[in-house]
Amino acid sequence: MIYLLLVGVPFVIGLLALAVDSDERRPWLLPFGCAIHSSIVVACWRTLPEPIASGWFSIDGLGLLVLSLASAMLLVCSVYCLEYLRLRRERHNRLFTACLSFILGAVSLVCVSRHMGLVWVGMETATLAAAPLVYFNHNERSLEATWKYLMMGSLGIGLALLGTFFLALAALPNAGQGDPLVIDTLVARAGTLSVPWLRGAFIFLLVGYGTKMGLAPLHSWKPDAYGESPGVAGAILAGVITSCPFLGILRAFQICVAAGLSGFAQSLLVMMGLLSMATAAVFIIGQRDFKRMLAYSSVEHMGILVLGVGLGPTGSFAALLHLINNGLTKGVLFLTAGNIHRAFGGKTMDHAHGALRRVPISATLFLLGFVAITGSPPFAPFVSEFSILRAAVDGNRFGVALGFVGLLAVIFIGMATTVLSVVYGVPNTESKEPVQGDSPFMTLAPLVFMAAIVFLGLWLPNWLTTVLGDAAKLLNGGAS
Amino acid sequence: MEQLSQLLLAFIVFLSLYLLGSSSLTGCIKIVALQGMCLGLLPLTIHSLGFHPRALLLAAGMFILKGFVIPRVLLYAIREVKIRREMEPMIGYTLSLLFGAILIGVSFVLAERLPVPPGLRTNLLIPVSLATVMMGMLMMISRIKAVTQVIGYLVFENGIYLFGLAISYEIPWLIEMGVLLDVFVAVFVMGIIINHIALAFDSISTEKLTRLSD
Repeated sequence: MIYLLLVGVPFVIGLLALAVDSDERRPWLLPFGCAIHSSIVVACWRTLPEPIASGWFSIDGLGLLVLSLASAMLLVCSVYCLEYLRLRRERHNRLFTACLSFILGAVSLVCVSRHMGLVWVGMETATLAAAPLVYFNHNERSLEATWKYLMMGSLGIGLALLGTFFLALAALPNAGQGDPLVIDTLVARAGTLSVPWLRGAFIFLLVGYGTKMGLAPLHSWKPDAYGESPGVAGAILAGVITSCPFLGILRAFQICVAAGLSGFAQSLLVMMGLLSMATAAVFIIGQRDFKRMLAYSSVEHMGILVLGVGLGPTGSFAALLHLINNGLTKGVLFLTAGNIHRAFGGKTMDHAHGALRRVPISATLFLLGFVAITGSPPFAPFVSEFSILRAAVDGNRFGVALGFVGLLAVIFIGMATTVLSVVYGVPNTESKEPVQGDSPFMTLAPLVFMAAIVFLGLWLPNWLTTVLGDAAKLLNGGAS
Repeated sequence: MEQLSQLLLAFIVFLSLYLLGSSSLTGCIKIVALQGMCLGLLPLTIHSLGFHPRALLLAAGMFILKGFVIPRVLLYAIREVKIRREMEPMIGYTLSLLFGAILIGVSFVLAERLPVPPGLRTNLLIPVSLATVMMGMLMMISRIKAVTQVIGYLVFENGIYLFGLAISYEIPWLIEMGVLLDVFVAVFVMGIIINHIALAFDSISTEKLTRLSD
């Protein structure tokens, strides 16, 4: 029942949004629907629901983490949307509102289903539902971004499907003993899986879902999609939609570890992780467009996530914590970047200069968000990034540790140039248009995210550590 | 029956190869439709499935979707924007054909090397599926027009479908879920996008979609 509610409520709200005729009233459905969803998620934290439908649906630590992140981020972003969509009255918001809700439903499906086929269906739906968000501005540039997003997304989702088929073929000897694609069955009978097909499956799933996550070298859609979509869409893409394929990769990893292929899978993850960080570093330096800069920062942090998982138990724990921290910090950055973009009518260093004078609260939060995402204390990303570094050093992977720290430093310098120029200085006085200053809901939303990362940076609550520990154990050969 | 399915599979590979060397857009769409029809017939000829209701339903669905609906959408798209010929592709036609032939060879060697379960060993399904997937990807990366990229994607998808067919009788629901959703993406979204590209640029070349870069 609880599974049906988690997936069904957002879809019903989305359909309602399609039915409502007023652009003014429609956005109010979102916070309402998200609040219901979040309260169901809170109920899941109290007691995990039992698996149903012969193991097709159940929630474990990994699913619960991604589900909670998605639910919380959409709740806060939906409050931001109330005001944002009022400012953008020239555009109809029917599809935008409905798709935000569909995304929540699809992401919930990915999190609660334990069947690799169903996980894939949820991922596909989320990809599709996000396309109208990217296309919201309806101009040539957003069209190009949407085209690239869909083309790369379809390719990735196709490769992931092929990976899922490989997995099914690897499990063929088990056919007839329950559904061979249910993750628990796969993990329990991992010893009987055909190793060459399983290797193939992991590679295809990593590349396919990696494309959706935006891991280098398959990240080319990311700067365009993030750069051309509204800030709130960027926050949802970077925080929520990319977490789903990460969960997909984690599921595949879980099976590989159970089958004794952990060395093979870990080395692939470490390689992809470092490659993504290096690619991001190259493109962040000299980046004049601050939204594209954030997109490359997202490439970097997706790399950090898979790198962490590739570094064993400590690294996995830190990577899962970083999943939450990165999502929340990206929330701060994209929402405030949207505000700054609107205040200046441009998103490059040439347009936006001296944001601190024009939108003081948003600019301060943007600056703090930058400090947080680059890994400075006391913010939460520092804790997780430092733990990943420690995992590398403890595992005697000094080369990896050195690369990790070096790339973080390069990215810090690269981002600092852009961010400081946007935040400080004197605005060009030429702009004749009325200035859109800070407005209550649109600064409240990033403020909430900021409070959350300060809180998590200073104190990691016990209930969170327990779930993180359980989830990390799943990634290192533990049973669910 | 076995022989008929082998014949169909060989024909499918031949059609993919033909696509790689073809420059007429209308021709390409017709060929991909023909390939779709072959895919639709295939479940009926595979012995283990036979004339099971599930196989019949799958066959009918595929035949109509891949053989008629999608090609119609694509034909509509190119009629609306009045283009007939692919521009000079990034990899020439002769070279593409050569690559295609190499890919076919590679997939047969791969299928030989991989431990294919005994039931599937005699069948051409797996090598043909791998070859089709790779040729579809080759087409996606080597062509410039939006429509040809979509055609490449359809070939890629056909290959995935073939792979799913190989294991479909062991694993319930997988192929139905996957294929129908894939088709959904290809038709609706890309159809809509092509329409919008036509509106915005008066041509459906993705070469114009290159304003965003670093």
